[in-house]
Amino acid sequence: MPESTSAPVPPALRLTGVSLGYGDFTVLRGIDMSIAAGEVVAIMGGSGSGKTTLLRAATGQLPALAGKVEVFGRDLRGIPAGELQGLRQRMGVLFQQGALFTDLDVFENVAFPLREHTRLPETDIVSRVLDKLDAVGLRAAAHLKVSEISGGMARRVALARAVVLEPELVLYDEPFAGLDPISLGITARLIRDLSDRLGCASVLITHDIEESFSIADRVYLVGQGELKAAGTPRTLSDTQDPYVRQFLRGEPDGPVAFHYPVTPAFERWLAQRGGRP
Amino acid sequence: MTGIVRGITALGAALRTRIAALGFFTRFFGRLLGASGIALSRPRLVSQQVHFIGNYSLLIVAVSGMFVGFVLGLQGYYTLNRYGSEDALGLLVALSLTRELGPVVTALLFAGRAGTSLTAEIGLMKAGEQLSAMEVMAVDPLRRVLVPRFWGGVIAMPILAAVFSMVGILGGYLVGVQLIGVDAGSFWSQMQAGVDVWNDVFNGIVKSVVFGVAVTLIALYEGWQAKPTPEGVARATTRTVVAGSLSVLGLDFLLTALMFGN
Repeated sequence: MPESTSAPVPPALRLTGVSLGYGDFTVLRGIDMSIAAGEVVAIMGGSGSGKTTLLRAATGQLPALAGKVEVFGRDLRGIPAGELQGLRQRMGVLFQQGALFTDLDVFENVAFPLREHTRLPETDIVSRVLDKLDAVGLRAAAHLKVSEISGGMARRVALARAVVLEPELVLYDEPFAGLDPISLGITARLIRDLSDRLGCASVLITHDIEESFSIADRVYLVGQGELKAAGTPRTLSDTQDPYVRQFLRGEPDGPVAFHYPVTPAFERWLAQRGGRP
Repeated sequence: MTGIVRGITALGAALRTRIAALGFFTRFFGRLLGASGIALSRPRLVSQQVHFIGNYSLLIVAVSGMFVGFVLGLQGYYTLNRYGSEDALGLLVALSLTRELGPVVTALLFAGRAGTSLTAEIGLMKAGEQLSAMEVMAVDPLRRVLVPRFWGGVIAMPILAAVFSMVGILGGYLVGVQLIGVDAGSFWSQMQAGVDVWNDVFNGIVKSVVFGVAVTLIALYEGWQAKPTPEGVARATTRTVVAGSLSVLGLDFLLTALMFGN
């Protein structure tokens, strides 16, 4: 009898030696990370450190300048459009601003991926959408227009929309921004629960140390154009690395400069204005 | 010498930019046509847009048509009366509206009303990451958002032009017959005898379809290419009105020369 062999399951998202940037400007270089099914991973870093750029690379919106971005084991470099669409159907993305469709109401926003990618009967769509809205506490807001809900509610609707197809990889861009403390705690638990229940890989791009450390299996810290640290929340909390310590404790002094560095271009601009350096 | 070189360089760069923009525009049109299958597979998306776009412009088109009809009735009567031909007022009003004023004025109003709405809507969708969100949901925004709006505009334009002409003829009738006292029988019978379905009405419909393609395409292109900032959307909206109106007038000259020239 032949020996049964099962191919190893590739990670949901893997970056190998990836450099990312816009035009001649490189934002991040030499990034290595891997996220497996069922894992919750937080990517943290200061403003402008390239966290959202990483997300854009994972969705295939931004090609890597160097290195390899693999989603479900498929290298995104030179991938045909049809195949990329197939991979994207297995992903869910929560955008930083929610990105709800303003011409649709709350219900139709959440129903949108179902209407576009499935042929479910209307009763099933209604039941699934209300189920997801219930999970984010907005079942009774299904009939409202997007203009009638608050910013925090819009982000929760966007969260419901991101997971309505029960994707295998969910990318959350600042999922906790603008949420009140109650919604924040519930959202964090929802992300963890979703990952455990569906076995999906979750990537959180966030500034919120407390909430993300409470649910993440692993944390990556990016800054100064590179990956600064990686590990479990506990190892990062215990580290003596000055960069990590300054970031986690929000200290003003340390390797991370608060002030934007003075450049020759700024000095020329200032001289033209008659200012003193 | 340096000044001349700089001037030639600037001219070359400007020319290159214009040619590139024309290329982008043509490719954009090609992509819209290529993705138009959704208009057949999901006709409800198009009918919704015909309803929205038509509604945007219906009131302004109807009111404008009425006033244009009033003016045609008055001016037509003053001129025809000099030659004792006021009985031909109905014919003059109908021909002016079906051949020229109906399609042209409707298209100009459409560019200002529905065209700007389309540009601003697409531009703001871009600024609010809605188009990016659609893209990462594996939904092509060009196919899902732009194609239904394009065909909605193309279908709405001849309907609006027909409304304009119809209301305009009614306006001409009110001024010419009811106010001034031109004979109602002559007004309608001269119109019936003189207006040719193919030469006049059909050509007018062809014009309004061409204008519908041009104005809707420009409005969608400007929204699609708009910088995702308030200033970028405002500039794109202005460009829609300017480019849309000029292209309508230019195309009208070309079409008139083709349709009615000997």
